[in-house]
Amino acid sequence: MKNNASPASPAVKRPRARGMRVSTDSGSSLTVRPVQRADLDQVIDIDATVTGLEKRKYWASVFRRYGSGLHDEQQFLVAVSEGRVVGFIIGEVRDWEFGSPPCGWVFGIDVDPRARLGGVGTQLLQAIRDRFRRAGVRKLRTMLALDNTLILSFFRSQGMMAGPLIALEMDLDA
Amino acid sequence: MKLQKNTELALCSVLEFAGAPQRQISAGEIAAKYGASPHHLAKVLAQLARSGIVTSARGAGGGYRFAANAKRLTLLDIIQMFEKVTHPAVAQNTDRAACTPVESALGAVFAEIDANAKATLSSITQTTMLRLIDRRKEDGPPILALEHSDLPER
Repeated sequence: MKNNASPASPAVKRPRARGMRVSTDSGSSLTVRPVQRADLDQVIDIDATVTGLEKRKYWASVFRRYGSGLHDEQQFLVAVSEGRVVGFIIGEVRDWEFGSPPCGWVFGIDVDPRARLGGVGTQLLQAIRDRFRRAGVRKLRTMLALDNTLILSFFRSQGMMAGPLIALEMDLDA
Repeated sequence: MKLQKNTELALCSVLEFAGAPQRQISAGEIAAKYGASPHHLAKVLAQLARSGIVTSARGAGGGYRFAANAKRLTLLDIIQMFEKVTHPAVAQNTDRAACTPVESALGAVFAEIDANAKATLSSITQTTMLRLIDRRKEDGPPILALEHSDLPER
């Protein structure tokens, strides 16, 4: 897997946040920690492998917004096994949007297909749950495509049930 | 959402078997627990056995045992063995070459409901259901009861 890491920006020094070291179901050691700039290429690779799209600008902006590691309300976490990023999760506490009291939203999660079925997704979700709990919220929500059975099944297996919101859409005529 | 009696029995039976995969459970035990007609249950279990979800053992110690993969077998897989999960208006819309605007609009609404139902049912495996059941045991009585299609309307 390529890893063209760019040097960390000297303008912003981030505290070295400690990660949580856990063992995967397969026995190898897994660390879940806040993302670092050097992880981005691997995150982009995982996303591109799954979606077929390489979204460099998108991930750069996600990193800028959520990658500081300074606030429990904004989380961009990666799971690292044997020095390799094998998964990520991104989320944010949002207040009163869609009429919803403050709650934690997970809007991105994925695991390298080669590392699946090893408890990585479970550890990532647990890590973000812990951080959101520290931020004071007591509800976790997410939204996903109806045909994304894989991720739907994952969230269901973690105990998530349908929430009180419904997604609607309309076309905007040119 | 209303399910046919046989479908409900199938769902309950499979969960009973999946919850005790090492055990052979008799049809009589399932029938007694769910107040089911042994005749209805026999047909349901025969269908589940033909599908490979359970295996049957004849004789004095006979019964049925779970034979599928609980992490892969979803609620939709079981339901679709016994009934369609598509509203008739949706099926009508796709079958007819031309339908009226009223039928088309209704079909669109019911298609939304179908899509949500299918997404939910296809994402819940037996393993996930068993965890849900364990949580219900901890929390108390269930919130929702299954609706029987043969119950009189209130």
